[in-house]
This record gives sequence, C-alpha cells and structure tokens, in this order.
Amino acid sequence: MISLADGFTLAFVSAGALLFLAGTLGLLRFPDTLSRLHALSKADNLGLGLIVVGLLPQAETIAGGVKLICIWLLAQLSAATASQLIAGIAARRKPDA
Amino acid sequence: MADALIAVALFVLAAIALGLFAVLRSRVAIERMMAVQLLGTGGAATLLLLGAATSQPALADVALLLVLLSAFSCAAFTLGEREAADDPAEPGQPS
Repeated sequence: MISLADGFTLAFVSAGALLFLAGTLGLLRFPDTLSRLHALSKADNLGLGLIVVGLLPQAETIAGGVKLICIWLLAQLSAATASQLIAGIAARRKPDA
Repeated sequence: MADALIAVALFVLAAIALGLFAVLRSRVAIERMMAVQLLGTGGAATLLLLGAATSQPALADVALLLVLLSAFSCAAFTLGEREAADDPAEPGQPS
C-alpha cells in the first residue's frame, strides 16, 4: 500500500517521462524544423514541469521544494528564449520554411 | 519508492538518448542544437529524479547547472550563427 504522496509523485513523474518520450519522437519524426522545435518546447516545459510537481511531495525541506520550482522556472525562461532564437535563425536561413 | 523513481529516471534517460539519433541523422546545425536543448532539460529531469530517489539534495544543484549551461550554449550558438550569416552575401528577400 503506497501513501497518497507517493501515488501523487508516481503519477506525475510518469506523465512527465511520457512527455519526454513524446518530445523525442517528435524531434525524430516531425517533417520540418519549426514543428520539431514545437515538439521540443512541449517536452521541455511540460515534461520537466510535471516531474518537478511530482517530486515536490518528496522534498525534505521547504527550501528544497522552492529550489525545484526555481529550476523549472529557469528552464521555462531559457527554453522560451532559446526557441525564439533558434526559430529566428531558421526563418532567416530558409525564408520559405 | 526509490526503485520506481530510478526506473523513471532511466526511462527519461533512454528517451533523451533516442534524441541523440536526431543529432546523428540531421545535417542541419539548428536541429543538432535542438537535440542538445533536449539533452539539457532531460538530463536535469534525470538528475532531479535520481536526487529524490537517493535523497541527495545536492543533485538539484547539478541539475540547475545543466539547465544554465544549456541556455548559455544556445545563446552562444545563436551569436555565432548570426556572425556567420552576416559574412556572406545577403540571400534574396523572403517571398
């Protein structure tokens, strides 16, 4: 019998792992660069977010949980910026893509 | 509980290792950079999972560093591409 917190963790962490798999498949299978970028951002933001939310009940201290959330926020910020930068290069290089 | 977390961490690691095939297959530098981004985020997720499984909070710091490096690598790549793109003759106007 697993506790409520452990069940919550398992459910969210598994969902996040599935999103990482989906992002990788999108990176491998989608036809052009911009749709691959789209798949990648979903995996980055939502996959890491779900894993962080799932791990919050396992954090031993409040500061540890806050640090997890900060890691996710940094990942959000950097993924959004990186997506814009990469898409800008892609659009400049292939104007018709 | 720790076993389940380690299993999920291995699953995430396998998924992002699959993304390395994109690096091998693609000839476009942008897509290789995207695979590196995926490795950065997925590596951070793996480290967080392992840190929770082994109850070592210090691994969260390593994950933070990985996310930071991935962001900086992408910024550096973009700057280099911009300089490289400015050197040759300008391509035609977008249609």
